[in-house]
Amino acid sequence: MELKDKLISSFFAFEEQVDVNNDVHELRSKAIKDFETIGFPRKKEEDWKYTSLNSILKEDYSLFPKKESAIDYNDVKKYFIHDIDTYCIVFIDGIYSSQLSNTTHDKIDACLMSSALHSPKYKAIIENYFDKITPKDSGLNALNTAFSKEGAFINIPKNTMADRPIQILNFSTGNEAALMVQPRNLIVVGENSHVQIIERHQSLTENPVLTNSVTEIYAEKRAQLDYYKIQNDKGSASLIDSTYVEQKQESFCSVHTFSFGGKLVRNNLQFFQRGERIDSTMKGVTITEGKQHIDHNTLVHHIEPNCESHQDYKGIYGDKSTGVFNGKVLVEKEAQKTNAFQSNNNILVSDKATINSKPQLEIFADDVKCSHGCTIGQLDEEALFYLKTRGIPAKEARALLMYAFANNVLDSVKIPELKQRINKLIAQKLNVNLGFDL
Amino acid sequence: MLKIKNLHASVEGKEILKGINLEINAGEVHAIMGPNGSGKSTLASVIAGKEEYEQTNGEIILENEEISELEADERAHKGVFMSFQYPVEIPGVSVTNFMKTAINETRKAQGLKDMPAKEMLKKIREKSELLEIDRKFLSRSLNEGFSGGEKKRNEIFQMAMLEPKLSILDETDSGLDIDALRIVSNGVNKLRSKDNAVVVITHYQRLLDYIVPDYVHVLLDGKIVRSGGKELAHKLEEQGYDWIKEEVKVEG
Repeated sequence: MELKDKLISSFFAFEEQVDVNNDVHELRSKAIKDFETIGFPRKKEEDWKYTSLNSILKEDYSLFPKKESAIDYNDVKKYFIHDIDTYCIVFIDGIYSSQLSNTTHDKIDACLMSSALHSPKYKAIIENYFDKITPKDSGLNALNTAFSKEGAFINIPKNTMADRPIQILNFSTGNEAALMVQPRNLIVVGENSHVQIIERHQSLTENPVLTNSVTEIYAEKRAQLDYYKIQNDKGSASLIDSTYVEQKQESFCSVHTFSFGGKLVRNNLQFFQRGERIDSTMKGVTITEGKQHIDHNTLVHHIEPNCESHQDYKGIYGDKSTGVFNGKVLVEKEAQKTNAFQSNNNILVSDKATINSKPQLEIFADDVKCSHGCTIGQLDEEALFYLKTRGIPAKEARALLMYAFANNVLDSVKIPELKQRINKLIAQKLNVNLGFDL
Repeated sequence: MLKIKNLHASVEGKEILKGINLEINAGEVHAIMGPNGSGKSTLASVIAGKEEYEQTNGEIILENEEISELEADERAHKGVFMSFQYPVEIPGVSVTNFMKTAINETRKAQGLKDMPAKEMLKKIREKSELLEIDRKFLSRSLNEGFSGGEKKRNEIFQMAMLEPKLSILDETDSGLDIDALRIVSNGVNKLRSKDNAVVVITHYQRLLDYIVPDYVHVLLDGKIVRSGGKELAHKLEEQGYDWIKEEVKVEG
């Protein structure tokens, strides 16, 4: 049976696991119909021109893991940012792990979607925010909504600083021959509030995993959010991550995406600016090898005046890997005095690597500052020669230059321990030991 | 220390060096002068091992070993150093960390263990004092946003740290004000010893007032056409290169 049919027919089995007498379930029921109509994206769609899901949709995925799995913390400790205090919301094969988690309801809520969806305490939040900004023309969103049951729920009330970063970790154990998971996260940052979030997907074996994740983020007036995505999964794991951010006036949101691993990774990242003097920042470092395929599809929707957006994506593509950057900036007629900057710089390390870079600017206002720039090049030979004359061998010299190339994205990571971790991941990915932590 | 015999080199098929012969002994300072486009910088790069420059003929012998086939980093491990006219910027990598990597990679190639941290710090402190380099400077990203003078001072600092046998200084005086020139030259002079040698490549006599050469060579159209003592540099400063060009033409 094709994956699409399998998903549709398993919806009945899914209904037995959830409370169907609930407003959310109406959304689910509608969503499964939408998915049936729309289906998975195809290459003929403009937004999917360079990314085909065919190879990953062929697997016979298990949709509901048979049993709960336990993992020993020591075996997965390295995937946590463990040298600072954090709250952790951890899932194993899509199921919440209380043993690995450290949730809270003290001043802020960092807990589970499953409880938020059905607890009277959060009814108003769910009504106000759940599934409000996910574009409805996407089959993948519909699919996720149809099966929405579990994920992270983070609610930072008004005038509150989250006292520590929150980690969202999704492990897959490989207990199933192939597994599909669909986390659904909801993050609400109240007026004048502040939070930092780190998200990671990690499979623990070489069994195929497909994650179709949807995250909705709402930043109220003057809220501040920094969101970091670490995508360093095994070569058998694929990820479709859709993250939607709605911002109110004077809020600041940044999303950093570090894409080093995974077979196929597609990031849909969209910002909607509903208020004045908003700042939206998205940055990414992508380093690929083998036959990896990593796609960044971004949108900033400038709806109101006096807002800013900053996009800075760096990519280093090796072997036969493929990268896609499709960045759209849409400036509405009312959005005067918009400042929108976009930059996408790429280095092709191998002759057989490919990058498709497609900046799109649609500007309907006449008093704006918008710029975009895209470069594709190789490592600078003169710079390599310089490093080699200092006794640094070619491999290490290349790594240093790649690191230097990606540096300004790393520079804006505000959690020092996280920055250090990412530096280590980069050194690992480039397979070098430079004798100091990058 | 260094013997260059009948060295020919081409860049993109065009012959730039047309038979260079040069012998440099330990303890000596040689200056190589010549007009623009005579091949001075090419000579420096070919000795240091730049891949894009094809050595079509001749030998480069460093301490009885032919090094023509070695990569630039392998030549560095054997004690060749080149100070760049335009040093490269490496954002995110501090001067200190860069030096640690360079020194420890060299030690690794020589079969030595990493330099102990304490020894490294001591060395960095000593050598930065020699070049009058501020501590804060060492934690800045390599060459990023450095002024011309800072870049050159940093090049000589690297030379001091790596303690090469043969140092080639390519246009080290360009872009330097008089104070920076004094500091850089002082550094080079203090690093001179009976065991190492320095090749100074320059357009102008100015630098040679500070780093006094034992020999001066004039490079013209890819060949060394005159060699002499430091007085040759003075003559060039006063009279330019035309007289040599004339003489060479007559001889030709």
